[in-house]
Amino acid sequence: MTSQVSSPAEQADGAVAGEQRRAGTKDVRRLNRVIIRFAGDSGDGMQLTGDRFTSETASFGNDLSTLPNFPAEIRAPAGTLPGVSSFQLHFADHDILTPGDAPNVLVAMNPAALKANIGDLPRGAEIIVNTDEFTKRAMQKVGYDTSPLEDGSLDGYNLHPVPLTTLTVEALKEFDLSRKEAERSKNMFALGLLSWMYHRPTEGTERFLRTKFARKPEIMKANIAAFRAGWNFGETTEDFAVSYEVAPAAEAFPVGTYRNISGNLALAYGLIAAAHQADLPLFLGSYPITPASDILHELSRHKNFGVRTFQAEDEIAGIGAALGAAFGGSLAVTTTSGPGVALKSETIGLAVALELPLVIVDIQRGGPSTGLPTKTEQADLLQAMYGRNGEAPVPVVAPRTPADCFDAALDAARIALTYRTPVFLLSDGYLANGSEPWRIPELDELPDLRVRFAQSPNHTLADGTEVFWPYKRDPKTLARPWAVPGTPGLEHRIGGIEKQDGTGNISYDPANHDFMVRTRQAKVDGIEVADVEVDDPDQARTLVLGWGSTYGPITAAVRRLRAEGLPVAQAHLRHLNPFPKNLGAVLERYERVVIPEMNLGQLATLIRATYLVDAHSYNQVNGMPFKAEQLATALKEAIDG
Amino acid sequence: MAETSTQGAVEALSLVPKAEARQTMKDFKSDQEVRWCPGCGDYAILAAVQGFLPELGLAKENIVFVSGIGCSSRFPYYMNTYGMHSIHGRAPAIATGLATSRRDLSVWVVTGDGDALSIGGNHLIHALRRNVNLKILLFNNRIYGLTKGQYSPTSELGKITKSTPMGSLDAPFNPVSLAIGAEASFVARTIDSDRKHLTEVLRQAAAHPGTALVEIYQNCNIFNDGAFEVLKDKQQSQEALIRLEHGQPIRFGADGSRGVVRDPATGDLQVVDVTPENEADILVHDAHAASPTTAFALSRLADPDTLHHTPIGVFRSVERPVYDTLMADQLDTAVEQRGKGDLAALLAGGDTWTVVG
Repeated sequence: MTSQVSSPAEQADGAVAGEQRRAGTKDVRRLNRVIIRFAGDSGDGMQLTGDRFTSETASFGNDLSTLPNFPAEIRAPAGTLPGVSSFQLHFADHDILTPGDAPNVLVAMNPAALKANIGDLPRGAEIIVNTDEFTKRAMQKVGYDTSPLEDGSLDGYNLHPVPLTTLTVEALKEFDLSRKEAERSKNMFALGLLSWMYHRPTEGTERFLRTKFARKPEIMKANIAAFRAGWNFGETTEDFAVSYEVAPAAEAFPVGTYRNISGNLALAYGLIAAAHQADLPLFLGSYPITPASDILHELSRHKNFGVRTFQAEDEIAGIGAALGAAFGGSLAVTTTSGPGVALKSETIGLAVALELPLVIVDIQRGGPSTGLPTKTEQADLLQAMYGRNGEAPVPVVAPRTPADCFDAALDAARIALTYRTPVFLLSDGYLANGSEPWRIPELDELPDLRVRFAQSPNHTLADGTEVFWPYKRDPKTLARPWAVPGTPGLEHRIGGIEKQDGTGNISYDPANHDFMVRTRQAKVDGIEVADVEVDDPDQARTLVLGWGSTYGPITAAVRRLRAEGLPVAQAHLRHLNPFPKNLGAVLERYERVVIPEMNLGQLATLIRATYLVDAHSYNQVNGMPFKAEQLATALKEAIDG
Repeated sequence: MAETSTQGAVEALSLVPKAEARQTMKDFKSDQEVRWCPGCGDYAILAAVQGFLPELGLAKENIVFVSGIGCSSRFPYYMNTYGMHSIHGRAPAIATGLATSRRDLSVWVVTGDGDALSIGGNHLIHALRRNVNLKILLFNNRIYGLTKGQYSPTSELGKITKSTPMGSLDAPFNPVSLAIGAEASFVARTIDSDRKHLTEVLRQAAAHPGTALVEIYQNCNIFNDGAFEVLKDKQQSQEALIRLEHGQPIRFGADGSRGVVRDPATGDLQVVDVTPENEADILVHDAHAASPTTAFALSRLADPDTLHHTPIGVFRSVERPVYDTLMADQLDTAVEQRGKGDLAALLAGGDTWTVVG
């Protein structure tokens, strides 16, 4: 995902089978890529299981992409369809772009998990079910009148009925645990079984369990035992005749050291790195909100970097405290999601007027209102652009993949610090929780973000007096000086009332207001951003334009079309405000422009308004990322007109 | 008002650099024309603050005034210090970010009854409970002035205003009671026209480590003129005003003829005529009492309509951990335990793999 290296197209969903060999009594088959989905009750530990399998896969060196999907309730009613939590992982021996459309393997811990996910499975997929949970009552709860394990409805699939609970309890009978406690380790049994099936390294998971349960040695040993029992079960039972190998994706990756990283973690690291590169203390003012809270959690763990995290009484105080810290000379950040942005709007307007650096991180989720807290969407673009009173332009930056959140955070900080402005960083739930390999940068690759605080008067009055004018701008960037309290001689007052150009004094003069409104706009319009790159090997007539987390699915769809011989050009925007200077010229080159978005056409609205281009929207707002196949079909229709 | 906690002064201001030269009131006046209505109580408060700050001897570039919205919130423009005129109700939040990230600053919040208690009520109570090193000056004129005369959260029940032609239905807040209930470590009340009292309260507030809330009764001569006249008029104030002094019996009236005692049956406070028999029972004010109970009871003595039996002075001044100090300590502890942050090590994490060419 991190690389642009060309590779086998992500084509059909079936895993590509390669050579076969025998290991001991069992066959080992080699695959190019696999999509696994773990599904269970929200209390079954599916996210943890998925995370562990991902870590094993990352340390093995596959390229990967993940899609956690869970309900907003911490413990939704057990055994129900709304309570199903799942984790999908796509891993490959080559460069991949998405968590995959359709799983090759489903692990279903109960009837609800089977029912909720079976529709996504292609025929022939492997299904591992926990038969212990397929009681009459549990099946009736989700509308199975007969057992799908016995009524032939799963005949088209490769079904592995495994009494996971019984086997786990049996494996742990030596331990001093209640049955209920022992049953809880069944996710580790399942993980062990899958780890055997796909030849995953297991040391990392055992190390993880030892650390996680260091204070509960009995639970720790039981989980390790269940994990090993699952592995051994695969190794010995005849039901699993074949195991699979997916070779490391060494050729897909540029040389370097890699780790697996989620979007929110990469974003948090990006902020710490930005403060380091700016040589400023980092201050986060935040209020807990899904799916942004993990950034608050992560930054609060790094106080030894001089990071101050402030969990405020509400969203407004979160950004207020950040703005106060910005006035004091910190790299100030607030993190939230859409509903929080709505509450912060007035303070963002103040930051526009004060012209202080501030990074506003919006991890978008389904809306409006509370919407879908744990599902993804990119419908806050127009809120970020226009959601304030008055003419209040704010730059907008959007990451495209989980790992890219690191670079996008650095870029948002660069703009905020250079131009003395609030900046929106628009991530989303899919990027936040999804993960992929990340090439760890060397420190000397990071941009220099150092700023110069004002130290002395910057203006001479007619009578020769040297004074400090807080709104006397840098002629190139139009940024005003950043004079922090504690600097002698530069005492000044700023505020939300319109200010006189230069002096910053209160001014109600009509001509001055007109000038200041236009100047603030000109400052944002003049921000230097990289040109948008166009990938167009075949001189196509149709351009697919995207922004944010749709990068993976769009690129996968484009590869499919090109593999079918259909020329299509692709461009993806990091900067939504201002747009790259070359965007207008790029759009003019194509007969058709198609814009897929997880909203009802917000970027398309901006593009049409800005460039008078008849852009076509393709929209999906179901809380999930696009699937590559579906997007490819839609693009094909658009190309065919 | 005899006692000033000097120990507090050390912690509250010890990190703020001192002025190199002797300062005067003039040093704190900005070049901006003061634009409050002629006769507004805000002028007296501004003069008292500008007159008292030189006493602290702090480098004025290390002093910051942060305000919200309302007449009083224009205050920072008139101070020749750093300042921010922010948005309605949010000054305590903004000042919290500034004070916690810059412990070398003396941070003051200027707010009004609408700004602090209505739109900004949430931020006020949370600043108080956290005990951030902020000094909050709450100008209470019991009316909305800037929007031209609507009732405020401290207006008396039944008040006729532009938005309540048949009388206000809202029971008012008592800011001192509210602050004590919100775990404030320093709560005082004073009056705009009593320069000496106002200055002494400011002095104690400045020296207090943590959040200090100072309610200043302030006259709005346009929309609520004479709201505190009973406390200012020499005759009427005899019965109305109670001056609290730490360590002194709480007495008032002509020659201290009236006093405050505790009702042994309910534990509540009541006003009595002082007699030789009950003189020993007169409550001695203890601003440093660990329990806020008596300070709260004192805050309830005043009649919200007539303002009779209104205590002024420092109700409560106790030491408890200061938020910004605690935050700084955690940062230091993290460095002690794990060493100064190593960015390369952080980015690398634990589980990595290497791709070679």
